[in-house]
Amino acid sequence: MADSNISVQGYINHHLSDLTIGEGFWAVNVGSLGWSIILGTIFIISFAWVGRRATAGVPGKFQCFVEMIVEFVGKNVKETFHVKDKLIAPIALTIFMWIFLMNLMKLVPVDWFPVVAGFFGVMFYTPGLPEYAADYSFLEQIMAHKWSYMKIAPTTDVNITLGLALGVFILILGYSIYYKGLGGFAKELSFTPFNHWSLIPFNLVLELVTLLAKPISLGLRLFGNLYAGEVIFLLIALVGLAQLPLHFVWAVFHILVIVLQAFIFMMLTIVYLSMAAEKH
Amino acid sequence: MDINATLLGQSIAMAVFVWFTLKFVWPPINAAIEERQKKIADGLAATDRAEKDLHLAQDKAKEYLREAKEQASAIIEQARKRESKMIDEAVAKANAEREQILEQARAEVEADRSRLREELRKQVASLAVAGAERILQREIDDAAHSDILEKLVQEL
Repeated sequence: MADSNISVQGYINHHLSDLTIGEGFWAVNVGSLGWSIILGTIFIISFAWVGRRATAGVPGKFQCFVEMIVEFVGKNVKETFHVKDKLIAPIALTIFMWIFLMNLMKLVPVDWFPVVAGFFGVMFYTPGLPEYAADYSFLEQIMAHKWSYMKIAPTTDVNITLGLALGVFILILGYSIYYKGLGGFAKELSFTPFNHWSLIPFNLVLELVTLLAKPISLGLRLFGNLYAGEVIFLLIALVGLAQLPLHFVWAVFHILVIVLQAFIFMMLTIVYLSMAAEKH
Repeated sequence: MDINATLLGQSIAMAVFVWFTLKFVWPPINAAIEERQKKIADGLAATDRAEKDLHLAQDKAKEYLREAKEQASAIIEQARKRESKMIDEAVAKANAEREQILEQARAEVEADRSRLREELRKQVASLAVAGAERILQREIDDAAHSDILEKLVQEL
């Protein structure tokens, strides 16, 4: 969709920005957040639907599929998380399925959704059209409309991945305090790795960096992988007809990446939470 | 792309989804899986048990069959014994009867013979007497002898 009137840089910028409401920090990326909530809702509703009519007899095909995922997650949780806890498995399942679905949106060709959204925007929401685009052609108006900026792959937005990581961070703190007590947690931060009172400041700096590095690396890893993949998709979309085989190859490769990244995020969450819950 | 409130929104959404999964998704699905696992385990155990029972029943059937065969052969053996016994008895009886008949016949023959011998003796005696009579008569009278002899010839 490299329109002659739009520069390569403009095209890529168009795809990497998002439909945003608000200013400064309190702005909200409507595309990423909206789609992540839609996808999460699809996940919980479909799974809850299966859960409601789950039968211990012969399961239907969808129930089989859901059970496969649930068992897979449950197995990984059981192998990694040794403390008895009924919250950890639902956390792992939610993270895995949600990130998987958000990653999955990347396989939708990069121009489909902007064109459809922009088309509806131009047809039904004229205030969304910038003033400078008033005398553009219809196609250009579509691409200039605010709605066409909407992003549908939420995990290519650093806010989304860091938002997930923030959730995991809060869970790490919660698990640490729940299982070790506030004092135990503070003691662990102060007296590892060097168990001597004079080294408490040093230990604190070291442990706090370790603590903070967990969610940040978690969020940035997912973001980096998916963002890089998205940029490659955009570059492939720029090369004209040759994009068809290239896109196919890259998309097939990404089937692996999206599952793998969701799995890694889930596993690391389980590992971090198990580290938080276990007494050393 | 800046860090903005999307991050907080995502964290809140995550909390809601995790709560929902904890409440409505994980427990029923996991319960169904565990229940089915239990059912399958029970089914497998029942299969094992049934197999064991089958083996037992087969062994028992074999045992019964063997017993039945033994009984049948015993009965046959008995029958055979009785048969040969009956035959032996019949033979013995027939032999005894034959002996008896022979004995009787022999006795009859013996009786006949002794009777005949007696008769013969009597006849020889009377012949000797007759011959002696005739010899005596010739010496006395030829004529008288001749008609005696003729009489004798006629008599013979």
